[in-house]
Amino acid sequence: MTEDGTTPATILDVDHVTKRFGGLTAIDDVSFSIRTGEIFALIGPNGAGKTTLFNTITGLYKPTAGMIRFRQRDITGLKPYKIADLGIARTFQQIRLFSYMSALDNVRIGEHPRMHAKLWDALFKTRYARREEARVTERANQLLDFVGIRPQAHNYARNLPYGSQRRLEIARALAGDPKLLLLDEPAAGANPQEKRELMELVERIRAQGITVLLIEHDMKVVMGISERIVVLDYGEKIAEGKPQEVRTDPRVIEAYLGKSA
Amino acid sequence: MSRPLPRNDRAMRWAMGTFKDRNRTIYTLLVIGVLLWPSIADVTTGGSGNHLVSTAADAGIYVLLAIGLNVVVGFAGLLDLGYAAFFAIGAYTYGLLASGQLSGSPLHHEFHLPFWVLILVAMFVAAAFGAILGAPTLRLRGDYLAIVTLGFGEIVPRVFRFLGAGSPIGNWTGGVNGISAIDSPHLPAFISGPWFGTSIQVVSPFDFSDSNWAPMDYYWLIILLVAICIVLVTNLYNSRLGRAWMAVREDEVAAAASGINTVAIKLLAFSIGASFAGFAGCYYGAKLSLVSSENFEFIVSVSILIMVVLGGMGNIPGVIVGALTIYIVQFFVLTNLPDYAVALSNLVGLGFLNQSSPGWVGLHDEVQRLNYIVFGLILVVVMLLRPQGLFPSRIREQELEKGTAEEAVFDVREATD
Repeated sequence: MTEDGTTPATILDVDHVTKRFGGLTAIDDVSFSIRTGEIFALIGPNGAGKTTLFNTITGLYKPTAGMIRFRQRDITGLKPYKIADLGIARTFQQIRLFSYMSALDNVRIGEHPRMHAKLWDALFKTRYARREEARVTERANQLLDFVGIRPQAHNYARNLPYGSQRRLEIARALAGDPKLLLLDEPAAGANPQEKRELMELVERIRAQGITVLLIEHDMKVVMGISERIVVLDYGEKIAEGKPQEVRTDPRVIEAYLGKSA
Repeated sequence: MSRPLPRNDRAMRWAMGTFKDRNRTIYTLLVIGVLLWPSIADVTTGGSGNHLVSTAADAGIYVLLAIGLNVVVGFAGLLDLGYAAFFAIGAYTYGLLASGQLSGSPLHHEFHLPFWVLILVAMFVAAAFGAILGAPTLRLRGDYLAIVTLGFGEIVPRVFRFLGAGSPIGNWTGGVNGISAIDSPHLPAFISGPWFGTSIQVVSPFDFSDSNWAPMDYYWLIILLVAICIVLVTNLYNSRLGRAWMAVREDEVAAAASGINTVAIKLLAFSIGASFAGFAGCYYGAKLSLVSSENFEFIVSVSILIMVVLGGMGNIPGVIVGALTIYIVQFFVLTNLPDYAVALSNLVGLGFLNQSSPGWVGLHDEVQRLNYIVFGLILVVVMLLRPQGLFPSRIREQELEKGTAEEAVFDVREATD
């Protein structure tokens, strides 16, 4: 829900987006819309173009064709930091933390765009800067608490166990107050127990009013949690709908489930 | 988890050499050294310590430069091989605007602006040039940036040399002769006293170059400037900007995805680094009363870089120690090395080495020729023994300690609080 009480139907519109690398078409004319407040999953076999699509949404790649709108605003081709600033946060499939910074500092980096201390404040450690720093630190601690790794706040990110690193990435992403959170295979490499815990965390994030776009390789993981699913295969959208619809879609079974069954 | 540190047991903490305490020890020793230096200089030279005090003030310039370059290289991780260019820009800014130099230029007007104004002007001019150079180049990856800065470092002194008598646009910079007879800093009034080696008296106006108190006043001035810079840079390091620099250094993509405008934040580091060089350049011009393009060659940039790397990239006290160490090696050990060699050879009965013969110019001159080989050797040995620098930032220390980082889960609270 927005401040004025009206809920825009969609928060993200991917509109006929194509991304080519030379002769390779990684994403081929894909369209879908994510509704505000839902958990939306993007699934597909390896190499289907899921991460490429993430990178295109977050501005790391410019789409070859098509348009991406965030809260009805065209964000196609904006710089990554600008897109992050508008309210799209993400995590990475290959964890990208600031290894030699503490977990707390990693989260505080996430708050950077929400901070306003200027060079002057930084140089002279003005009251404003000190207050902001205190506020941000407290919030960072709360976020670490929220994802469940508060006791590790003062460890270097690289020294955290794998599962905590995933959670730390999520905390960092949440620190920027996103409206939309993109999670790139958060449960990759996790055991079933950890997977359940992570999905429970995703639910709690959504409960905070944050829309979640989730990439997942393992279809079973997302079935229980996501309202709607888009299936990509070889860069094309082959199905879209509720989990049970997608599950029974013959093209999906052929492209995806067929393999693992 | 965190190692148990009894917070009240200070002696133990010092013995364990925790990070913050090590830095505090360095600062304490530096302050003691700074306070005692004029007396030490006087005692060791039998009352004529002025030269040593002046040398220490010159070393202070390099400390300033190293602190500034550390912002660029140590904090933001940008390799700048042309840092002396900004030093030159600061020095020439002061030289041009505080001397008779511009009366001979097409402006036909000389400026004698006060030092205290120009030190700020020099900072801003250098910062502006930093931004001008950085804006198009900071999109480049590290190695390319290094090449561009190298080129800039070569161009700037040449431009200053070229803009002398006979240049198509008139004599601005005095060309190869440089700018001489530069004004010294003045204060409307100041109290001189034992700290300047005089009795207590009010001096009005106070001229810094007056031999009654020079170079003591220059010494205390650079100490003051360095102290101010240490405080400001430490504040920066602990601010959101310092954090953003670290993030960009660690992982640019992740930093951008976290909402950091990476180009802007790198540009800021570059400009701030440059402004320190401008600051130092202004003081340099004022103290020496002469600026010449020869004093800003590539070797200066490299020396400053060595100070930062050898001292311990990213850690301010480490960088200061590095600057002092390299300064002492370059301007004291290496200069006196030929004399040491001669004395040593006489002592051990190899005095014949001092005679010149065909193919041998005598030990003194031979050693002088080998100066830079010795310098290089010292650097190689230090970097082999301590690849992370003398007093590295905690981060570098861990990065380079093979394996230990994986095993020991460190508590970095000390470094971040």
